[in-house]
Amino acid sequence: MRRLWIGLTVAVFGLLLIVPVVRIAMGAFNEGWGGFANGMSRPETLHALYMTVLIVIIVTIINTIFGVMLSLYLVRATWLGRRIKQLLNSIVDLPFAVSPVIGGLMIVLLLGPETALGALFNKAGVDIVYALPGMIIATLFVTFPLIVREVMPVLQEIGSAQEEAASTLGASAWTTFWRVTWPSIQWSVVYGVVLTVARALGEFGAVLVVSGNILFKTQTATTLVYQDVENFNLTAANSIALVLAAGSVTLLLLMEWAKSRRGVH
Amino acid sequence: MHIEVSGLNKKFGDFQAVTNVNFEIEKGQLIGLLGPSGGGKTSILRMLAGLESVDEGDILFHGKRVNDLPPQERGIGFVFQNYALFKHMSVEDNIAFGLEVKKWSKPKIKARVAELVELTGLSGFEKRYPHQLSGGQRQRVAFARALAPEPQLLLLDEPFAAIDAKIRHELRSWLRDMIDRLGITSIFVTHDQDEAIEVADQIMIINKGRLEQKGTPWEIYKNPESPFVASFIGESTIVDDVSSLRGFGNATDWPGTKALIRPEYVEVGKPSDFNLLSATEKGIVRHVHFRGSEWLVEVEVGSTRLVTYRSLEKEILHPGDEVQVLIHRAYLFNDNDSWVMENKLKEDPLPVHI
Repeated sequence: MRRLWIGLTVAVFGLLLIVPVVRIAMGAFNEGWGGFANGMSRPETLHALYMTVLIVIIVTIINTIFGVMLSLYLVRATWLGRRIKQLLNSIVDLPFAVSPVIGGLMIVLLLGPETALGALFNKAGVDIVYALPGMIIATLFVTFPLIVREVMPVLQEIGSAQEEAASTLGASAWTTFWRVTWPSIQWSVVYGVVLTVARALGEFGAVLVVSGNILFKTQTATTLVYQDVENFNLTAANSIALVLAAGSVTLLLLMEWAKSRRGVH
Repeated sequence: MHIEVSGLNKKFGDFQAVTNVNFEIEKGQLIGLLGPSGGGKTSILRMLAGLESVDEGDILFHGKRVNDLPPQERGIGFVFQNYALFKHMSVEDNIAFGLEVKKWSKPKIKARVAELVELTGLSGFEKRYPHQLSGGQRQRVAFARALAPEPQLLLLDEPFAAIDAKIRHELRSWLRDMIDRLGITSIFVTHDQDEAIEVADQIMIINKGRLEQKGTPWEIYKNPESPFVASFIGESTIVDDVSSLRGFGNATDWPGTKALIRPEYVEVGKPSDFNLLSATEKGIVRHVHFRGSEWLVEVEVGSTRLVTYRSLEKEILHPGDEVQVLIHRAYLFNDNDSWVMENKLKEDPLPVHI
């Protein structure tokens, strides 16, 4: 009986995780190294990867800063009422509950070219939807809870006593944050950042809706894979997918390391 | 630092944590804030530190109002209940933190840290981290850290609560010595009456957010100004009908008055143990408890059950024994008033001169 369960677990694990990765790798190299290199060196691939990296960097920076700030406010702020905190706290989880496609759709409905707000931005010379800003907003929306959910429990656990001690010793809020709070939460932030990067790298639904998947303009790595598959350009699709998968695996290893460090301090 | 507090009020939501508290503290004194848990002691301490805002009332340091001053600018040292040491910093760095923040020069910081390490007996532990220290050592690090920037007022929140009984005793007298030596005005919060009585120059009894009484430990023990204080300090029994006890018959002059009798007010023994037998009455021993250094005896007089201590040197009593009971005094109180009444029969009514 036990053997059966072990065997079944291994089989499911293999079918779901190992086989697809192997299949992608085989697909990427079915025309040899040349096919892989060709797929990767196409100008549209390079542009799509550039877009993905750009979005990941911007989103990660914004989410790290505001995620940490929101966590601090939700846990520490005395000027926020308990009910408001509870409300904000549940709103943070909204992106988890809502499908990314619907998240993207909300942005289109709110900021699309036909809406009042969208028209306003358009007049000012800034396109939001079907352009980079919209894609950043969509990715921000999808990844926002990740850092908050990592940092908040740690802040709650360490309590405010150390910070209060620092303030009675004369330290300003800024000094207290960097010298007392940050050392306690830094590995949780790193963990949250890794999750954010991984999620932003692989985001498809929300970005597809807001970007319009315009070649050389708003196409990201994931939407390019989608288009290559549609066009039966399977070698290129597999090559890009393999690069993305390799990136994710690296991040996962990084995450394990961050987790072990978090346990230390 | 001279401290004056007037009309202090604090509410947390609908809960009135502190109600109209007034007091004054002379420079150099060690004050114990004593009271049951949840009575508002810590809230008062945190308001003094600036960690909690004041709803109403004034806090004056040296005659200057500090209500709106943040904790950073109040010149206080605060020792937290669980010490709140910076867990990622070594003992040395913990102590130096307040000095670095105040931008002292490196050599000065080094000298001050060395001085405090010496003073608190932490030599050899400078490089350790808080998790590598015992409770007593952590307490001393917290103390050294709070003292490093030379505060004028030291506030301690339940400083010994997390330490086991034996070391707590040592630390108590150590702290008392240290504060005497430095001459720093200090206020500590505790719910342990022994601690307050043993350590403090003055005790403030806080109950339900109110200051019940302020005075030296002896004054508070001798002249409790409210039933709460009388029952909180020392062990005691409340007696509904005190006039039934021998020597307190005239308590009937004040209807609705109850009495509080402490174990040390009561003496039990054989008839031959007393030279004024007329002031005693018969009682029956109900229980005896061994207390380590004495016996705690429960004795029933009429329908009233009293407790008293008995020396281990004396003959051992057993439940059911008949004994003579002498009640020296009782603390009487009613809704408006409270006073101490001595046993009337103790004054020999017919002195015989030989």
